[in-house]
Amino acid sequence: MPETQRLVVVGNGMAGARFVEEILAKSGPEKFAVSMFGDEPQGNYNRILLSGVLSGTHDSKDIYINPLDWYERNGITLFAGVKAIGIDRQSKSVYASGGHLMPYDKLVLATGSLPFMPPISGLYTDDGALAPGVFAFRTLDDCTQMINHAANVRRAVVIGGGLLGLEAARGLMNRGLEVHVVHLAKHLMENQLDAESGGLLKETLEEMGVTFHLEKLTQRVTTGVTGDNHVNGVEFNDGTKLDCEMVVVSAGIRPNVDMAKLSGLNTRRGILVNDDLSCRNDPNIYAIGECIEHRSVTYGLVAPAWEQATILAGRLTMTDPHVRYEGSRTSTKLKVMGVELAVAGNVHADDERDEVVTYVEPSRGVYKKLIVRDGHITGAILLGDGTTAPRLLQAFDRDEQLPKDRAELLFPIMTESLADDIATLPDETQICNCNGVTKGAIVEAVNAGNRSYKSVSDATRAGSGCGSCKSQVEAVLEFAADGLIAEDPSAHYYVPSIPMGKTELIEAIKSQGLKSVSAVFNTLAGGREDPVSKIGLASLLKTIWDDEYDDERDARFINDRVHANIQKDGTFSVVPRIFGGITTPAELRRIADVAEKYNAGMVKITGGQRIDLLGIPKENLPHVWKELGMPSGHAYTKAFRTCKTCVGTDFCRFGLGDSTQLGIDIEKRFQGVEMPHKVKMAVSGCPRNCAEATVKDVGVIAIEGGKWEIYVGGAAGASVRKGDVLAVVDSPSEAIKVMGRFLQYYRENAKYLERTYGFVERIGIEPIRKLLMDETNAEPARLDEAMQSTVASYVDPWLEGLNPIHESQFLTKPVTSATVKKS
Amino acid sequence: MTSSPAKTTSTVDLGPVDQIPVGEGRVFMVGRIPVAIFRDRDDNLFATQSLCPHKGGPLADGITGDGQLQCPLHSFKFELTTGNPIGNDCKSLKTYAVDVNGENNIEITIERPRRNVT
Repeated sequence: MPETQRLVVVGNGMAGARFVEEILAKSGPEKFAVSMFGDEPQGNYNRILLSGVLSGTHDSKDIYINPLDWYERNGITLFAGVKAIGIDRQSKSVYASGGHLMPYDKLVLATGSLPFMPPISGLYTDDGALAPGVFAFRTLDDCTQMINHAANVRRAVVIGGGLLGLEAARGLMNRGLEVHVVHLAKHLMENQLDAESGGLLKETLEEMGVTFHLEKLTQRVTTGVTGDNHVNGVEFNDGTKLDCEMVVVSAGIRPNVDMAKLSGLNTRRGILVNDDLSCRNDPNIYAIGECIEHRSVTYGLVAPAWEQATILAGRLTMTDPHVRYEGSRTSTKLKVMGVELAVAGNVHADDERDEVVTYVEPSRGVYKKLIVRDGHITGAILLGDGTTAPRLLQAFDRDEQLPKDRAELLFPIMTESLADDIATLPDETQICNCNGVTKGAIVEAVNAGNRSYKSVSDATRAGSGCGSCKSQVEAVLEFAADGLIAEDPSAHYYVPSIPMGKTELIEAIKSQGLKSVSAVFNTLAGGREDPVSKIGLASLLKTIWDDEYDDERDARFINDRVHANIQKDGTFSVVPRIFGGITTPAELRRIADVAEKYNAGMVKITGGQRIDLLGIPKENLPHVWKELGMPSGHAYTKAFRTCKTCVGTDFCRFGLGDSTQLGIDIEKRFQGVEMPHKVKMAVSGCPRNCAEATVKDVGVIAIEGGKWEIYVGGAAGASVRKGDVLAVVDSPSEAIKVMGRFLQYYRENAKYLERTYGFVERIGIEPIRKLLMDETNAEPARLDEAMQSTVASYVDPWLEGLNPIHESQFLTKPVTSATVKKS
Repeated sequence: MTSSPAKTTSTVDLGPVDQIPVGEGRVFMVGRIPVAIFRDRDDNLFATQSLCPHKGGPLADGITGDGQLQCPLHSFKFELTTGNPIGNDCKSLKTYAVDVNGENNIEITIERPRRNVT
């Protein structure tokens, strides 16, 4: 299909515009000539933020996603403010107001929904317009008119206590109005909440000053008989009345199927679509968003609409031609009048297998409920405290197996509490302490259109230093983007230039026998040699192939080319391995001599119980190593670093296990083993834990009874975390075996630059323990064997000092005799 | 092709290209000017100033690929041919014309202000 196809999209809202963005991203402009019809006269804006505009927290010009010039820049013909009226399916064209006729090859309907107007007398004037002072709350235009009207009135009645109605109520309250919400059901937001949380929400909102009238049916809107016929009150079915000068109707939405119906497409509540999102009775017409009915379900949230947009774009561009839409698990996180609310799935337990977990704290207006079936969430409510919402909604969306302790999902862990505070921080608060990036700078970058962690980080450098602020940067992003966060698929890639996760990438590398970094680029990245991806690939290939790895040195970071750590002045630091931190007077004397002879700028005892010689020029590294006569300490690389030990049993009066010997054995075994990130270890000889083994990547503590506890995932640097006990074993040799097994599992499964603390938290200690410690499975033996093979292929890299792999390996400036040829 | 009257152009042979390992960079003195010269996997050469304008990092120790150079100290990126910064607002790197000549030697062309030599 080389020629351009005519693609017409009816609807320029959140579904239609996202669909066109996806089409552009997936195919470029050549494949389709895109035309769009939008009822509203502007570009595409974020409808979710209309409540922000109404309450005055957002300016209307700040809520645009795609302004008009975006369409022009991307070669899209936009008919803004032109209403599509019908489809001539015979001649395949769309006709629209103003006499427009637009032929199509493919037509996509994204007509969205319309406000439901209940049968209330007096809502309309004789000519069919809403009576003066009566508003629906759906478009930017509605919003502007409401703001204008609100400036001159005292009391407003909002008909409908659903989400949109409550948002309208908040907006009007912010504008100084007395607000009454009239609702037909027994409690607020009955589609999202159960009775208890609905009641709690009502109390919280009442404290803010809203008056509620529940279980009331509005029968009539009354208007003044004199002057401009403005609204002056509402009457209910029980005969009571309420005076007011403004009425907002937000009694729900209905899919907008008018045009589809008129054009003979099959509709019920919504436009009926198949799993390929094509209409039931016309394969050239597709529909997405709030206007559709798929497998008897209609959706009123943005996430399913975006999912459908992505799927349809994948099919039409043929980039993902077989993908099907199989329905969405709906969950949402929002603020109702500033009260946090997250809702997922079915919030009513309706099966006797359902396990219901609730936590209620009426004084703070906090309500948390989980409905669990067979260990998976089928429904959840978090009201008044949304700190665990991201984790909980993720567990729901991915249908994850829940932890046995359900409380883990209801109560925050430390990093989440931090993120929760973000909203209240002043703009000048520094979020990224490496690069000095403030909250304000991140918010500005988000407002400038960066909607994923990666693009925010690229734009501001936030999070690009030590990375420990990542969760806070994400929290600022989430706060500033107001729910409009773009899923960044590259966040799941192992390296940015190859669109594969780690497992998939390993599979591709193994099955195609790719043994060098350049072979990976040639086969999997179209020959594009991305410098940022090189180091991660080198690490992975070494893990996969061991001594079969075709080691191209240019893929290594400078530290790994010269086996020393580069310093700010371009010199290097030399840290020889001192096994277990045990040295001798003779060794110390030799180190002192070398430091003096090579003029080390600083001699430092490191935190890992070793000695660091700093300020060594690259040219001197081979001499320093040779004269030290000690092996590399790997203080410069993403590998096992050091094993800190306490004094142990030889001298200490408390020692229970020989920690120094185990530390030495650990260093001898794991020295130089490449890892996704650095790995620090420690062994303590008794539970007093002088070696701080509980905050190491892997730590061991001797306990009474000749046993050893093994901790994994500890940290005490940019992040602080106490490790989890992986196992308690009976001997040092057993400890070494289990540690190696964990390390190999970490090597194979962690993302590049993911420390063990993040890794263990991501996978969860229970699944790790189950996999590694159940020796009836094949996996432990396989991991042990893989680690053994890595250990066996170890060669001290400092031997390259005697035998460089290239004549200029340790030269900054090759010795040349330059000759001037011409001048 | 003609140089401006205030400048003089010299072409200097810096010896065998093999002095630079494939894919890496090294510093060469061209007169008194240190220049970082990079060799890609297809034997194309690129030459830039030797220190990073950000914090003086040794650029020859950087990592390269796809026509880009990443400084080893703080990962600031630059385009090798133009010297332009990528994703940071550092000054552009000074670049020099460099090539492999018929004898497989590195040949660099630099301009410098003409001085009155007596």
